[in-house]
Amino acid sequence: MRKTQLKLNKSVVCITFLGLCLVAITGCATPTTSAPSSIVSSSDNLYQTLGGKAKIDEIVDNFINEIAFDQETYAFFKDSNMQRFKEKLSEQLCVMAQGPCKYTGDSMEQVHTGMNITEANFNHGVDLFINAMDKADIPHNVQNRLLNEMAKTRKQMLYR
Amino acid sequence: MPYKHLFLSLALFATVGSATIHANDGKLLATAGLSQIEGAGGGGIVPWATLSGYDSQDQISVSVALSQVDLEDYRLNVQAVSASFYDKLELSLGHQRLDLKTLGGDIKMNIVGAKYKLYGDAVYSELPQISLGVQHKMLEDKAIANALGAKDTSGTDIYLAATKIHLGAIAGYNAVWNVTARATKANELGLLGFGGQGNDSYKVMLEASAGILFSRHLAVGVEYRQKPDNLGLKEDDWIDFFVTYIPSKSVSITAAYTKLGTIAGAPDQNGLYFSINGHL
Repeated sequence: MRKTQLKLNKSVVCITFLGLCLVAITGCATPTTSAPSSIVSSSDNLYQTLGGKAKIDEIVDNFINEIAFDQETYAFFKDSNMQRFKEKLSEQLCVMAQGPCKYTGDSMEQVHTGMNITEANFNHGVDLFINAMDKADIPHNVQNRLLNEMAKTRKQMLYR
Repeated sequence: MPYKHLFLSLALFATVGSATIHANDGKLLATAGLSQIEGAGGGGIVPWATLSGYDSQDQISVSVALSQVDLEDYRLNVQAVSASFYDKLELSLGHQRLDLKTLGGDIKMNIVGAKYKLYGDAVYSELPQISLGVQHKMLEDKAIANALGAKDTSGTDIYLAATKIHLGAIAGYNAVWNVTARATKANELGLLGFGGQGNDSYKVMLEASAGILFSRHLAVGVEYRQKPDNLGLKEDDWIDFFVTYIPSKSVSITAAYTKLGTIAGAPDQNGLYFSINGHL
């Protein structure tokens, strides 16, 4: 009898602990509707944390370099104006990081229509982008925050 | 033994087919997870909604895993192979051997599993990824299960799992959680048979995992698995604390501290879990 009681208590403790983990995770990950809604990002702006325009440009330069040396991904860019891509991606990342920029490019749907980017192509592109951030010395936990913003455009890019 | 043949041919298929099965670009690093102790894609002891490999919806992946849990009176050895088709369907084979360190001898069991993704993408969808799975378990060594009063020497578990990975959720680190509900009759995974005297109905057990990825290569977390007590042997719930090192999309290594409680009357079965996972 006492053993059952003990076991129950242990289960309750565990479930409570896991529950707390989940609350911590989901609580922080709720989509940011108002700017300072999450504990993590309330004090620091992602744009500033990244290192402003200079770092964003460095990431974009590195990313273009990664693409240039990657056959699979380069195939999607062979008819692209890379100078324009560079400018517009930089603007877009700045906006995603809540920096003082305006995105003046075409919609993500327009840009990616006809490319038929697969899930595998996309995820490979993410790997290249992570390499680009690594080479720009962006810390892991800052990378994830930018990736979380970029992930929201995934649906507008795939299978079009 | 037909099972051994199947195991070998799947492994062979994996090696020969590696030219066409190249799914390493299909998912983000670390999102393939592990093969859990029954062979399904998941954590160490809990099956997750994620499938076992790095395949995307256009790819097939094959994963193999060797795991061992070394306890005070027992040692569990697991060989598992699984194939994941188009990030939709996972088929798995698991072979368990429980060494009875104090009593001598062992208990072997084979597990055939299938998991079907019903909804979502653990990383990219707003809601968690949801999958439905089955594990059919067949004891090779039935004497101990029968002696302890188990009703059957084979049985089928059915589970529903929800998994979500949150990018940058905790101080910028990626976090993962999973909750699984499992309908089961199994005693100690099934190694002690299925059901018991007057306890032969399915029970729904709750399992859960939570983890943080401290880098692209290091995950740390905790798992909990509730278990029924059909045999009246004070079967305990299981807990583990794990660290996984993921050097590449081809391989991962996991170590865990496990608290497995009382097993077949032997109390305080705490120990270490080691697992190596390979992905094609």
